[in-house]
Amino acid sequence: MGAGHGHRLHFHGHSAVHRAPAHLKVLALLAFVLVVVATPRDWYAAYAVHLAVLVGVIVAARVPFGYLLPRMVIEVPFLLFAGLIPFIAEGPRVAVPMPGGWELSLSESGLVAAWGLAVKGTLGVLASLTLAATTEPTDVLRGLQRLHVPDLLVQIMSFMVRYLDVVTGDLGRMVTAMRSRGVDPRSPRHWPALARTLGALFVRSYERGERVHLAMLSRGYDGRLPDPEPTAGAAR
Amino acid sequence: MTPVLDLQGVAFAYPDGHQALFGVDLHVHPGERVALLGPNGAGKTTLVLHLNGILSAESGHGEGSVSVSGLPVTRKNLLEIRRRVGIVFQDPDDQLFMGSVRADVAFGPANLGIKGAALERRVMDALEQVGMAGFADRPPHHLSFGQRRRVAVATVLAMEPEILVLDEPSSNLDPASRRELADILRGLDVTLLMVTHDLPYALELCPRSVVLSGGRVVADGRTYDVLTDDELMRAHRLELPWGFDPRTVPVDSLPG
Repeated sequence: MGAGHGHRLHFHGHSAVHRAPAHLKVLALLAFVLVVVATPRDWYAAYAVHLAVLVGVIVAARVPFGYLLPRMVIEVPFLLFAGLIPFIAEGPRVAVPMPGGWELSLSESGLVAAWGLAVKGTLGVLASLTLAATTEPTDVLRGLQRLHVPDLLVQIMSFMVRYLDVVTGDLGRMVTAMRSRGVDPRSPRHWPALARTLGALFVRSYERGERVHLAMLSRGYDGRLPDPEPTAGAAR
Repeated sequence: MTPVLDLQGVAFAYPDGHQALFGVDLHVHPGERVALLGPNGAGKTTLVLHLNGILSAESGHGEGSVSVSGLPVTRKNLLEIRRRVGIVFQDPDDQLFMGSVRADVAFGPANLGIKGAALERRVMDALEQVGMAGFADRPPHHLSFGQRRRVAVATVLAMEPEILVLDEPSSNLDPASRRELADILRGLDVTLLMVTHDLPYALELCPRSVVLSGGRVVADGRTYDVLTDDELMRAHRLELPWGFDPRTVPVDSLPG
């Protein structure tokens, strides 16, 4: 069950976007997301511009859309939430005729809010995926370091990168073990069992964290990580 | 001669009240290779965590004293103790937490304040000793399990410890990796304490064995004598793998 090379979100390539310095890409992403979030919900044309810019970058990076789109499922919970808003929001309502002769009563302000949430979320996720697809995780970390993000945060993220594969491997094995005993993860009937698995995974990861900390203490860790690339100077 | 490890009357109870050790005495002398045997729950891991002061009478409900080459394990000596006692944990994924093999092996010595070319030399020496010098720039999670175990040994060797403590070194290794690790361990010029359930491995590598059971040392002698003492073995849930009989192992192939 060895982990593959590179990262699952990373799309190997040599485009200008791939080669751009990581810290610039991080800054560009941040600026883009801020602009998207700050755009009023009813400036519909502006969102078309945002999307066009993003699509332009993706095309320039030569990352296929078929690669990015399936990875956007991470957004589904937010979209579900956005989809609920028109039903529960207050204010003037519009009636939407439905097939079968009945009408659906939706809140007008709720619809606008849902649109805003959905479009901002989607643009943000797509932009982040584009960064992830064109930049190796270690480069992102180095970029953050260059941007003087507090060292502790970068350390936490580097541990996350290191252990992501280990934890997803754990989860994969747990789900395989559950399937072998007749659980179908797709069936809602088994979701409670799946939720308990996630709980167990959390406890496992927490315990692993403690073991890692022990191993660090055993090698003289005193709260500061030494330079992550000790020979960066020698390699130059 | 000052023993490398000197444990006297070490007792320990966890904060939840579970008593894991009941007065353990143990001496390990320089250059020895000792196997620490015992059934699950005998207190082996608790004992190991005492050796470098992760657990101690100061940190929980315990008694007794541990010293390493004459230096008592106390809070103010911790850094030096952890340099002298190198522990290789069972799961290499717990031990290898940095982004590259090189950075990981450098972690310990860098904590000791070693820098620059001296650090690089330490790292490469340690990797060479376990035959992993060609993998210095790879991320640890891309290595095979056997390779990760060897890098885990290197991370500790880089601190130039006086005693190397290995927790289940042969677990989860395929037979070839298991043999390669044995060759590496046999070639190291360092005192060795090896916690293991792999009794043939203990016989192959360690002239002396200590049996821990129920938080007490119940036997301490030549590995061959321990493994052939049927009554002792039965009493402490120690079992040889099927088909393995230490009496049939040629005497001149035994260590020590």
